[in-house]
Amino acid sequence: MKQELKQTKFGKYGGQFVPEVLMPAIEELTEQYEKYKDDPVFNKELDYYLRDFAGRPSPLYFAKHLSREYGVRIYLKREDLIHGGAHKLNNTLGQALLTRYMGKKRIIAETGAGQHGTACAMAGAAFGIKTEVYMGARDTVRQRMNVYRMELMGAKVIPVKSGSQTLKDAINEAMRDWAANVETTHYMIGSVVGPHPYPMMVRDFQSVIGKEVRTQIMEKEGRFPDSIVACTGGGSNAMGIFYPFIEDDVDLFAVEAGGSGMKVTDKEALHSATLCTGEEGILHGMHTKVLQNKYGQILESSSIAAGLDYAGVGPELAYLADIGRIKPRNSMDSEALDAFHDLCRLEGIIPALESSHALAYVKKAASSGELGDIVVINISGRGDKDLETVMGMKK
Amino acid sequence: MKIADKFNELKKKKEGALIAYICAGDPTPEATKEYVTALVRGGADIIELGLPFSDPTADGPTIQVGIERALNGGMTPDIYFRIVGSLKVHIPLVVMTYYNLIFKRGLEKFVKDCVASGISGIIVPDLAAEESGELAGFCKQYDVDLIFLVAPTTTESRMKRILAEGTGFIYLVARMGVTGVRKDVAASTRELVERVKTKTPKAVGFGISNGKQASEIIRTGADGVIVGSAFVDIIASGRDVPGRLEALARELKDGIQSANK
Repeated sequence: MKQELKQTKFGKYGGQFVPEVLMPAIEELTEQYEKYKDDPVFNKELDYYLRDFAGRPSPLYFAKHLSREYGVRIYLKREDLIHGGAHKLNNTLGQALLTRYMGKKRIIAETGAGQHGTACAMAGAAFGIKTEVYMGARDTVRQRMNVYRMELMGAKVIPVKSGSQTLKDAINEAMRDWAANVETTHYMIGSVVGPHPYPMMVRDFQSVIGKEVRTQIMEKEGRFPDSIVACTGGGSNAMGIFYPFIEDDVDLFAVEAGGSGMKVTDKEALHSATLCTGEEGILHGMHTKVLQNKYGQILESSSIAAGLDYAGVGPELAYLADIGRIKPRNSMDSEALDAFHDLCRLEGIIPALESSHALAYVKKAASSGELGDIVVINISGRGDKDLETVMGMKK
Repeated sequence: MKIADKFNELKKKKEGALIAYICAGDPTPEATKEYVTALVRGGADIIELGLPFSDPTADGPTIQVGIERALNGGMTPDIYFRIVGSLKVHIPLVVMTYYNLIFKRGLEKFVKDCVASGISGIIVPDLAAEESGELAGFCKQYDVDLIFLVAPTTTESRMKRILAEGTGFIYLVARMGVTGVRKDVAASTRELVERVKTKTPKAVGFGISNGKQASEIIRTGADGVIVGSAFVDIIASGRDVPGRLEALARELKDGIQSANK
């Protein structure tokens, strides 16, 4: 089941569906990643930054009160405690270091709500690499605190005024920039999506999460958990915690955003449940499952959690779902909000709305026995960024 | 009409080709018929008709907005093939679209629909040669050209592969980046034209908007000039569109003819 790097696909999924101008950059990145991924010097340096800059390892915390409430033994993988408040930095530190090893002088990235952009700005500052972040103009208004955070750390935020002025336009613009500047610039993708080698590379950088869980759960329970539950948009926190367990007898639940319901029109979906309801297609350089209409036009997806609001999903997750190794599920906006409040009140931890989808699924499914006795939930980020949304919902 | 026949015909006249792009359905399916006729009247030798996709990552802002207009105007692949089938033009038509629309329709059905509606070539900007095997198979089976792009960054090993697989013409990306009107014509064009060693005609695109540039491109040894954004700009303006499309096509074709090979 483990994939060799030279292979660009996961079963039929993955691949490299990109404009010709980008192919050389992608070939170079593949080559360079292959060269450094097992390089002791590279990894030693990455470990140093993960430990002393990002604050790893993150704790695996036994959630006593939540366990009692939901009726299973729940451990929380505390990625919310990582510098920046989310797992995103694991990946950007890895890619920024690789940028330096490749001798490139500039990082570009796209960001939706600003979480990945912030993690890029942090990594860019840590390594002294010029960082420019494309962000939909509408998002820059909605998320102006994140824009300010990025700018404080020296990144330049470029508002994208084309199209819907949101994430997909930011992606388009970042790809255009990369096409024009491939020789000097590394394009930092924030999830396990895009053309090969990104899905594999981002998964590998995020796998530190699952590797830590392996050790931590053995210390606490003397055995592996029965199941691991992670929220899934593009899927980087999910692949990060799942991958080290892929060959073990542990059930893996990928919880997508059910939004406000499973309805779909010709142009939009009220949810972002790509693994649950998507169909095969090609988007953003990869063959994967996509939310699309009968002609193959991509639907606008929807979720209360910006980080899950994506019409595609990582190709490896699509593959793992097809072969039955992961179980795709979903939680609705309202269920996620409910679980968000549970964790705040019972444990004194404010989770990201993204992570709240994983919590909500555990709440729903615990009594069915499907999750077994010991469950690890990936708390992929903290919820401070979501307070305005939550306050808005209360009104 | 086959693309090769058109290039042969032009070769006899020692003339370069004008390949004109517009997005079908921009701003309405009906307008497209009129615009194609205007481009042909102005001297276009091949029409590249975009089939709009919701996420056109390989296109610049100008064409992206044109694609949005077309989608808002109700364009779908079904309407596209119907419109194309009803065009009464006697030059080669080429479809340019993204892979997902082809994939979703079914590769073989898409190629058959091309044949039935009179399309003789397919350009898929997000389909690199590495992933094109299956579509290339159907194109060969139904005798439709599959046209590939090469860029200044294309390595020698990939160049060989692309030249071996590409038919119809080779689409040379004159500048780095994506489609859009640029102020001058890159010096790298000549170098790229020389690097592409093939008997298949070479057409240069990306960033050409006037007759002078078109003439310069033909003088680098190219067999054709591809112009898109400049036409889409005219459509976007909404002012005297058919007349100005025809006039620009004529200016470009004059430029090409002034550089007689």
